[in-house]
Amino acid sequence: MTGGSDPTLLTARGIWKSFDDHSVLRGLDLDVARHQAVVLIGASGSGKSTLLRCINGLETVDAGTIVLDGDLDVTDPSVDLDTVRRRIGIVFQSYNLFPHMTVLDNVTLAPRKVVGTSVAQARDEARALLARFGLDAKADEYPDRLSGGQAQRVAIVRALAMQPELMLFDEITSALDPLLVGEVLDAVRELKSGGLTIVMATHEMGFAREVADRVCFLSDGMVLEQGPPDQLFNDPRLPQTREFLARVLA
Amino acid sequence: MTTTAPAPGTPVVYKDPVRQALARRRARRNALVGMASLIGFVVVVAAFVASTPGWPVVQETFFSPEQFADSFAGLLEAFWLNVRIFLVAEPLILVFSLVIALVRTLKAPIFLPLRVMATVFVDVFRGVPTILVIFLLGFGVPALRLQGVPTSPVFWGTTALVLSYSAYVAEVFRAGIGSVHPSQRMAARSLGLSTFQTNRYVVLPQAIRNVVPPLLNDFISLQKDTALVAVLGPIEILRQAQIDASSSFNYTPYVAAAVIFLALTIPMTRFADWIQARMARRQRAGGVA
Repeated sequence: MTGGSDPTLLTARGIWKSFDDHSVLRGLDLDVARHQAVVLIGASGSGKSTLLRCINGLETVDAGTIVLDGDLDVTDPSVDLDTVRRRIGIVFQSYNLFPHMTVLDNVTLAPRKVVGTSVAQARDEARALLARFGLDAKADEYPDRLSGGQAQRVAIVRALAMQPELMLFDEITSALDPLLVGEVLDAVRELKSGGLTIVMATHEMGFAREVADRVCFLSDGMVLEQGPPDQLFNDPRLPQTREFLARVLA
Repeated sequence: MTTTAPAPGTPVVYKDPVRQALARRRARRNALVGMASLIGFVVVVAAFVASTPGWPVVQETFFSPEQFADSFAGLLEAFWLNVRIFLVAEPLILVFSLVIALVRTLKAPIFLPLRVMATVFVDVFRGVPTILVIFLLGFGVPALRLQGVPTSPVFWGTTALVLSYSAYVAEVFRAGIGSVHPSQRMAARSLGLSTFQTNRYVVLPQAIRNVVPPLLNDFISLQKDTALVAVLGPIEILRQAQIDASSSFNYTPYVAAAVIFLALTIPMTRFADWIQARMARRQRAGGVA
């Protein structure tokens, strides 16, 4: 939480990443300003998830730098990834809750074991967070007793419990029943209004338009076009963007 | 649905009493038919076997009531040694095999010697017959006449069982670790947990749960294999049965020993089945991972 004067929280420059001989990211640049929500859109396979995983250090980049808050280079091979992950939270499409633990234990595990918070304090904080997202009644349930929407909100709370400076959402509504998408998006709105910096990959164009401060269209491993949602959705400059939007909004 | 069904939306379970009664009658009839069929089958087979000309000799040789009564108490006493061997060996096997399985998952280059040792251990002890390991240790080590090294056949027999079974059970644990979806590890790491913490709190609890049925299976197998220690000479149940049989030229003591083993292994097998069925039910009920 240093260098608060710089409005930019995350700077990615020239990110390359390939799997075997398939290039997923090809010299991608991205800037994320403090307290902003940046939404990544693009076809499946355009590199949205890979980018988020690189930012969190779950994948190592082939080239380029990703710097958090001007002082922490995520791509430095000698960086302590546990530190990176304490400062950058991520929520996945498939929730990935720990099935052998109650909701409360899912949320308190990392604060207790990584930060060293006392059990009592971790539980108090977890219960407060669960209550904020309407999950107080589920604290002692096991994940298999939750609906998809509840499970995903618990996953958000679990990431939030580490008090990250930056939150990454990787298509967190894609695995959900359409009826349950709303409650998860409400949770994201709540975080956004609380001032958290968010980078989110999504297929929910309506939500992107509503919540994003900036929308980035990814194609061929690069940010092809970006801008405020009104401009990008209503008046895209590039034919590729127009074509993509025509397909997903049809 | 009949007209007596409660209004929709009320949080009660409702079942039509007429259908319920019908289902109960059908279940009762099925149970009766099954039982009658089983009893009839057993009676027919027993009558046939007893009517064969060789049956009296077979009965006298294997199922002599007097021999059974004479040897039973002694066998039971000798069986206590098998139980003790099992009780000492099993916890050691669980600890060793878990350590070996974990060592084999270590990826850092510095641990290469450990990883190679664990792999060689598993390859060797899984590939050599248990009875050969028992011979090697039980006869071989005492023959060295080393100062301060135990010479007890029970000690070396148990050690051989621990080595042999640890190799097997380590593979069971390794399969369990492999059965935990990589996304679980990824989720734990993304929260900042170290590799060790990820194993300790996220991967191992799930891995062990997944391999409880095969672990119980190996328990049952170990209970039987305690009898292999007989080759070294200590008076455990098989050895006792052998002594009884050779003094009377009758094989009933072996059958009695088998009955004693079954009294332990069959309940254990049923327990393993029950655990397995319960886990399968749980998985069907809600397999969110």
